Amino acid sequence: METYVNIFISAIFTKNLALSLFLGMCTFLAVSKNVKTAMGLGIAVIVIQTITVPANNLIYQFLLQPGALSWTGIESLAEQDLMFVGLICYIGVIAAMVQILEMALDKYFPALFNALGIFLPLITVNCAILGGTLLMVEEQMDFPGSVVYGFSSGLGWALAIVCLAGIREKMKYSDVPAGLRGLGITFITVGLMALAFQTFSVIKF
Amino acid sequence: MAEPTAKQILLDPLLNKNPIALQILGLCSALAVTVKLETSVVMAIAVTLVTGCSSAAISVIRAEIPNSIRIIVQMTIIASMVIMVDQILQAFTPELSRQLSVFVGLIITNCIVMGRAEAFAMKNGPLLSFLDGIGNGLGYGLMLILVGCCRELLGSGKLFGHNVLTPVTEGGWYPTNGLMLIAPSAFILIGLIIWALRTIKPEQVEAE
Repeated sequence: METYVNIFISAIFTKNLALSLFLGMCTFLAVSKNVKTAMGLGIAVIVIQTITVPANNLIYQFLLQPGALSWTGIESLAEQDLMFVGLICYIGVIAAMVQILEMALDKYFPALFNALGIFLPLITVNCAILGGTLLMVEEQMDFPGSVVYGFSSGLGWALAIVCLAGIREKMKYSDVPAGLRGLGITFITVGLMALAFQTFSVIKF
Repeated sequence: MAEPTAKQILLDPLLNKNPIALQILGLCSALAVTVKLETSVVMAIAVTLVTGCSSAAISVIRAEIPNSIRIIVQMTIIASMVIMVDQILQAFTPELSRQLSVFVGLIITNCIVMGRAEAFAMKNGPLLSFLDGIGNGLGYGLMLILVGCCRELLGSGKLFGHNVLTPVTEGGWYPTNGLMLIAPSAFILIGLIIWALRTIKPEQVEAE
């Protein structure tokens, strides 16, 4: 149980996908202009992460890792190390899950589907999603751990983008030099946010 | 509007339409691998090659890709190239590969590669797409090297591992700037570089 709480806390604070590991930056900076859209994207990321990280974990455990194929009972397969096709597998799963989620939302929750709009397909190429899976593989988590990690890493990213959107909305009233307007000041803001998040690195359970 | 020449396609992304400073593409790896100049250079070369080759490959088959599976086909091509680059790095430079860790795999979702494939390779011939990919890779590399230089030089007094400003820990005079070694410094540096770039080229300044 403790490990799971640890995973949860570290995924949100000490190893936040957006502010400590800098994944998903492109959409992070491009979509954070107002809080509503940021929240919509955040929720979509949480859902996708919670689905894809455990799914990829199963693929990793039972298909890819060295000796994974021993459950088939076939000798020659049991020694195979298929890690090198990992990347294509994970990204395939992510693209498929995003497509399925899109179709499910369109059929059963049309209001939410319209609210999310273009962000859903954009999530496929969000490096935070693939990054979450790759980090889960690197740490060789078990299945329940990967569920916790999927949910909390998505939550951490969503938290970060909503915070940034809030700050950017307030900054519309500030007097920013022309050369820094828009992208420049956002970079510096995120840098300062990331510095603040560094203080969490001492939290341990 | 006149057709952009090959030279323009190659050189524009360096300063005029830099993928990081203007197009907001390829940021993730730019921030994390720039602690040392060595990793920055390797990453820049990897991204340049992958973008150029995958843009060319996608451009060659662009007429045959059905629209419904467009993204998946592009991703498969890009993913295969990245796996090749990853394997080459693991085989010839294992230490470097370990330092770059997940970021080589993340070149797949590096928005530059996908972004240029969608925006350019789907509509232009293979040679121009290849040049466009290389050009954007070079623009990305330029930013990476600038940031990497600052961070390694000010953060540890070295460039490519060789002492330039001898740090106090090795008997020199330079008290190393620890702030440069942590990730947020990359953000702030890029913000300042963007400021400088937009002061030199005011046409890039965003509208009110």
